[in-house]
Amino acid sequence: MIAATGLTKVYEADGAPPVAALRGVDIAIERGDYVALIGPSGSGKSTLMHILGCLDAPTEGRYALDGEEVSHLTEDRLADVRNRKIGFVFQAFFLLPRLTAAKNVELPLVYAGVPRGERRQRAHRALASVELDHRASHRPNELSGGERQRVAIARALVLDPPLLLADEPTGNLDTRTGGEILSIFDRLRVERGTTVILVTHDPGVAARARRVVRLRDGRLEP
Amino acid sequence: MILEAFRLAFEALAAHKVRSALTMLGVVIGVSSIILLVSIGEGAKAYILKQFMDLGTNVLIVLPGKQTTTGGPMTGISTEHKLTYDDAVAVRRRCPSVKAVAPLIISSGPVKYRNRKRDTRILGTTNSFQDVRNLHVEIGSFIPENGDLKPTARVCVLGRRVKDDLFGEGDPLGRFVRINESQFRVIGIMERRGRSLGFDIDDLVYIPVGAAEKVFNTDELLEIVATARSTEAVPLAQEEIERAIRRRHGGHDDFTVIDQRELMDVFARLLTTFTYVLAGIAGISLVVGGIGIMNILLISVGERTREIGIRKAVGAKRRDILLQFLAESAAIGLTGGAIGILIGAGGAFLVTQLAPALPTSVSFWSVALAFLFSLAVGLFFGVYPARKASMLHPIEALRYE
Repeated sequence: MIAATGLTKVYEADGAPPVAALRGVDIAIERGDYVALIGPSGSGKSTLMHILGCLDAPTEGRYALDGEEVSHLTEDRLADVRNRKIGFVFQAFFLLPRLTAAKNVELPLVYAGVPRGERRQRAHRALASVELDHRASHRPNELSGGERQRVAIARALVLDPPLLLADEPTGNLDTRTGGEILSIFDRLRVERGTTVILVTHDPGVAARARRVVRLRDGRLEP
Repeated sequence: MILEAFRLAFEALAAHKVRSALTMLGVVIGVSSIILLVSIGEGAKAYILKQFMDLGTNVLIVLPGKQTTTGGPMTGISTEHKLTYDDAVAVRRRCPSVKAVAPLIISSGPVKYRNRKRDTRILGTTNSFQDVRNLHVEIGSFIPENGDLKPTARVCVLGRRVKDDLFGEGDPLGRFVRINESQFRVIGIMERRGRSLGFDIDDLVYIPVGAAEKVFNTDELLEIVATARSTEAVPLAQEEIERAIRRRHGGHDDFTVIDQRELMDVFARLLTTFTYVLAGIAGISLVVGGIGIMNILLISVGERTREIGIRKAVGAKRRDILLQFLAESAAIGLTGGAIGILIGAGGAFLVTQLAPALPTSVSFWSVALAFLFSLAVGLFFGVYPARKASMLHPIEALRYE
C-alpha cells in the first residue's frame, strides 16, 4: 500500500537556518495493515503524516501510494490523489461549521465530480455506517464531540479510499467515546480492508494497532 | 460545477447578511445611478427631438452669411448682400418644392398698454409664418395675407403671456398698444404653446415684416423660414432656394440654407455625448463598489483559511477554490446589479412622475450594459482575493487558527 524510501523534509524559513523535520525515513505498509505512528512532539510524526497523506511533498525521497509514485506531483495532482485514495480524520474534526453533517460528508464527492442526487445517497449511506443517519441535517455545533468525529469518519470513507489517515483522532474525546471511534477503525479495516495509519502520542491508543512505528528526531526507531 | 459554485456562493453570502448587503451597496449605488442618469439623458434627448419634430421635419432655414458648420453661431458674418424681404419673395416665386415661406425679423423692446409695460420679443413676419412654424391664432386673426407685397399695416398679434400681462382678463382686440413708440392695433391672440427648447413661445408679439423694418429701422432679415412640400422634397427645396437666392445675390454664396434635421442631428449627438459622460461618472462609483467587494473578499479569505484547508484536504484543487471565491464576488456583483437596476428604473419612473416634462426612458442597452458591467466588476475585483485563496498551502491553511 505504502512504499516510501529516503523521505526527507527540510523547512527553510527566511533568515533562519534550515530545519530538517525528516532525515531519511524508509517505511512500507501492507494493504489492510493498521499502523500506529508514535513519537514525542517534534519527532517529525506530523510531517511524516502530511507527506504520507499527500498534503505535502517531501524535499527528497520517493513515495509510492497504492502503486502510484506521488513524491513529485503538482499540488493539484496531489489534491486528486487525496480525493481518491485517502480519507482524513483530524483531532479537531475539521468540519465546516456552516454545513450540515450530510453536506460535510458530501464534500469529497463534490470535488470528485459526483452528481448531486448520487451525492446525497452516498453521504446518507456513509452516515448510516457510523450510525449517524438520524443526525444528517444537524450542524456540527449541534453534535457532541463523538458524533462530530463520526461525521468526520463518514466524510473520510464516503469515497471508500484504500487509506485512512487519522491524526490524534481521540485527542479531543473522553476515553469511552475515543474507544468507540477506534472500534469503528477496527471494523472498517475488517469490512473494507482499509489500511489505517493512526498518529497518536497515547500508548493505550497505539496498542490497538497491529504495528507500532516509533519516530524520534526525524528518523524511525528500529 | 459553475452552478454548484454559485449555489455555494449564495449560501456563503447569506451567512453574513449585513456584511454582504453593505458590500453590495457600492454596486447598487453605481448601477442605479448609471440606469437613472442614462434614462434621464435618453429622456432629455427624446424630449428635444420631439420638440424638433413638432416644428416639422420639412423645415428649411435660410441664414445670412456662409457657414461651414451646422449648428454654429447664427450671427451674420460680413455679408455683401443682406437677406431681405425680396429674397423671401424670390423663394416663394421660384421654388416649386417650397410650400410656404416666411421672412423673419426679431427684435426686442417694450410693449405698452396704458400704464402697463412688458419687455418682450417682437417678431416681424408675414401671414405664412403660422404655416411654416405651425403656430395658430386662437382669437381674432393673424397678420393679413398680402401676396408678394410687403405687409406694412400697424397691426399686431399678441402671445398669450403678453396679452395676460398687459390686459389681464380684458379683451385686447381692437385696442392700441405702443411698440417702440409706434401705435399698433391688436388684431389677434395666439394659442397657448408654452416653452419649446427653452424658449417661451407665448412671450412674443407678431407684427407685419414691413412694419418691423420701419419701427426698428432695418431692412435686414434675421432669417427666412421655409417648408418643403414633403419631407422627401427637402433636398430639392434646398437646391431651389439656394439657386433662387444665389441669382439675386449676383452669384455669391453669402447665405446658408439649413435643413432642420441637420440641426436635430447635432443636438442628438450632443445629448448622446452628454449621456455617455453621465454614465461614465456613475461608472466610477461602480469601480469604487468593486474595491469594496475586493476588500470584503480578502477579509473573508482570511477568516475562512481553515475552510480552504479542509476543502483542499478532501480534494479541492486550486481552480475549485478559485471558482468558489470568484462565484462569491460575481454573486455580489450580479445581485447588487439586479437591485441597482430595479432602483434605477424605479427612480427613473419617479422622475417622470414628479417632472412630466422630462420623460425618462430606461433603455434595454443601459440595463444590459449595467448588468454586464456589474458582473465584470465583481469578477475583476474578485480575481485577486480568489487567487490568494487558491494559492494557500493545505497544511498551512489547516494549521491556521
